[in-house]
Amino acid sequence: IKFDAGTLLLSTHRLIWRDQKNHECCVAIPLSQIVFIEEQAAGIGKSAKIVVHLHPAPPNKEPGPFQNSKNSYIKLSFKEHGQIEFYRRLLEEMTQRRWENMPASQSLQTSRGSQPGRVRAVGIVGIERKLEEKRKETDKNISEAFEDLSKLMIKAKEMVELSKSIANKIKEKQGDITEDEERGGIMSLTEVYCLVNRARGMELLSPEDLVNACKMLEALKLPLRLRVFDSGVMVIELQSHKEEEMVASALETVSEKGSLTSEEFAKLVGMSVLLAKERLLLAEKMGHLCRDDSVEGLRFYPNLFMTQS
Amino acid sequence: MAMSFEWPWQYRFPPFFTLQPNVDTRQKQLAAWCSLVLSFCRLHKQSSMTVMEAQESPLFNNVKLQRKLPVESIQIVLEELRKKGNLEWLDKNKSSFLIMWRRPEEWGKLIYQWVSKSGQNNSVFTLYELTSGEDTEGEEGSRLVGVS
Repeated sequence: IKFDAGTLLLSTHRLIWRDQKNHECCVAIPLSQIVFIEEQAAGIGKSAKIVVHLHPAPPNKEPGPFQNSKNSYIKLSFKEHGQIEFYRRLLEEMTQRRWENMPASQSLQTSRGSQPGRVRAVGIVGIERKLEEKRKETDKNISEAFEDLSKLMIKAKEMVELSKSIANKIKEKQGDITEDEERGGIMSLTEVYCLVNRARGMELLSPEDLVNACKMLEALKLPLRLRVFDSGVMVIELQSHKEEEMVASALETVSEKGSLTSEEFAKLVGMSVLLAKERLLLAEKMGHLCRDDSVEGLRFYPNLFMTQS
Repeated sequence: MAMSFEWPWQYRFPPFFTLQPNVDTRQKQLAAWCSLVLSFCRLHKQSSMTVMEAQESPLFNNVKLQRKLPVESIQIVLEELRKKGNLEWLDKNKSSFLIMWRRPEEWGKLIYQWVSKSGQNNSVFTLYELTSGEDTEGEEGSRLVGVS
């Protein structure tokens, strides 16, 4: 085979020569094999050339026109034109070394001969794909950031709405016995949380949102208030509700039965164990009850230490 | 000669065996414990005790009621007694103590009163005479043990 009339093609990965007449005949050399290149200017009777100095052939070298050569370079002879431009482009590819970042699509074999157009497309398409990915990523980050901001604005709106809706509900129900009153005028915050979110169905409130909204109740002059017991338990109670008065009736109940645990008291009075315990603890704090803490559990007794001599 | 010891009402009150968190209630509780310890020791003629003995003694352990005063609370009661002058620790580890159901000053006062009564002022008495003389039988003095 004589390699004297053909077209030289440059991709990001390879240097390809294709025979002018027989397009099936192609040879290629990976750019990674190139050590350096030099120009040889045209002269009288001489065409411009590019000398391509190569690394020794690797053991897994693709089969080619020659198995080996005593030379460590090849010469590209530009009979017509294009040497200057080609040199510039080749040098650029050598500098950029893009074959290191992008895997080549397929190996080139002389028998097969691929279309230069497609080889070139792989490289460019690869670049284009990367650019597209990058653009999409940037887009995503921007929209996510804006999402957070809009979510925040929604939350703030929600809290104001919640406080207002509670206020309205109360206005409507004024005069009739409300569910609140039926519950003894006091409800633990977890109970409120469940009821409110169940009623909303969608766009549920987080616990923090609920606490923050409830903290505003008194300031908004609503007939409800948030109360925090010593134990840390939080409740919502009607402004009209007087827990301290409930304590007096709790004492009566305990005295009647001699002694009661929180569970027993809760069952008797018909309230949650959590609130029952808080009431008994408050009664103890006020000196009306005392405690018996043993393996049998925690029981409350009337405070005979104070009443009996 | 052991008298039947009459337990106070608190002894049958389960909360008595739980250290009360309410400060005012606790004050009353501790006062009741102190007087119980003193009258118990007085009746049983116990002038000293170890903390281990105290834990298992019916004093702090009401078997019938199934209630025991926990050792940390016993320590608090003993500390109260010490503050009042009725208790002295016999060792650095606070494992055994001396219980003085009558404080030394109180003894001094009693002795003086007795001496005055029997018109024996300004005489010197031996301890023997004081504790086992004819005149002293039936009086508090005859039960005096280890007066320092």
